[in-house]
Amino acid sequence: MSQLLDLWSIVAVSAGVFFFLAGTVGLLRFPDTLTRLHALTKADNLGLGLVVLGLLPRVSSPLAGLKLVCVWLLVLLAGAIASQLIARTAHRSGPKA
Amino acid sequence: MNMAPLVDGSLVVLILAVAIWTIAVRDSFAAVVGYAIYGLMLALAWVRLAAIDAALTEAAIGGGLTGVLLIRAAVRLRPTESVVAGDSPAWFVKALAAVLAGAVSLALAVVVLTLPEPAPTLAPQVAEHIASTGLGNAVTAVLLAFRATDTLLEAVVLVFALIAVWSLAPDRFWGGRPGQHYHLEANGMLAYLARLLPPLGIVVAIYVFWVGADLPGGKFQAGTLLAAMWLLAIMAGLTDVPEVRLVWVRIALVTGSAVFLIIGFAGVPFAGAFLAYPEGYAKPLILIIEAASMLSIAVTLALLVLGPPERRGQS
Repeated sequence: MSQLLDLWSIVAVSAGVFFFLAGTVGLLRFPDTLTRLHALTKADNLGLGLVVLGLLPRVSSPLAGLKLVCVWLLVLLAGAIASQLIARTAHRSGPKA
Repeated sequence: MNMAPLVDGSLVVLILAVAIWTIAVRDSFAAVVGYAIYGLMLALAWVRLAAIDAALTEAAIGGGLTGVLLIRAAVRLRPTESVVAGDSPAWFVKALAAVLAGAVSLALAVVVLTLPEPAPTLAPQVAEHIASTGLGNAVTAVLLAFRATDTLLEAVVLVFALIAVWSLAPDRFWGGRPGQHYHLEANGMLAYLARLLPPLGIVVAIYVFWVGADLPGGKFQAGTLLAAMWLLAIMAGLTDVPEVRLVWVRIALVTGSAVFLIIGFAGVPFAGAFLAYPEGYAKPLILIIEAASMLSIAVTLALLVLGPPERRGQS
């Protein structure tokens, strides 16, 4: 059982790291603000979510696990709203890189 | 396989790279963003050094609040930036600055590297006497019991800093509202966030304040969170900045230092020394000081970010 949980942690955290990597590459390589934001939100939402899911079996108490999930939810909220605000500003100031 | 040196090594390289980039970049807005990232990286370094209290403060102040403060300054400087960028300082001024900064860094490095082994420490004394304070977090015990004078002076310095900022106000706006007026966009995302987040943020702030007695946390981090929530509501246009002439603003600013001083002087007759706590009352007194300081810190930090009065009050 514990080996299975370890395997789950390794797979989920690795997948999370992959999304962070992909998001960073996208941020550096995509041509304009909107597509860069699109890449960035994948790192925040999916990447952090997978890392949290992977760490959940390793927490010392359910409360600590709940805190981890809350951190993820808050980052989801902040990330979604910050990218909306940036996107709106970019949209209004016209299409430029 | 031990990965710790790899993680620490990459962190050091990243911190140095961000620091150099922050100095080298020409645009002041970009430099400010670099500085905020530098603050967050330093917070990670504090975590690696197991100094969670310092990490929380660095993330809240160095990464967050100073970032907002400097971004506002950079935005304000933007119209004049292209003019200033043309006339860069003479080469010997630059060289002198580089030599000075290098000498300070070198001196610090030498001091750190030549510390005796084991480094001089008061940690055993703190561990020995911490039971008398009723606290579980050694950092809080040092800040509010063993070295309370330092913390008191810090609280006073913060108010002085705000007075210095306010003294930049033009005479005709004195007593008015700081900063620009933010227009409420009733269905905007920022207003949505400013309605949703403060209840959560206030709960987290009180939690951080409360666990500060036994775990990393405390009034400064909690006060910064409260300030951030207030600033969010102001910047979304949900509420306006109070006029600085208002009595409750002044009272909120000095409450922390005043309560600290009153309890400190009460220590002279009741416990035999300035800022000494009577036997058995240390923890409740420390909690009162921390609660009052948290509110004052929150109001002071928020008003520091908002800047000097720039608008006449409506009244």
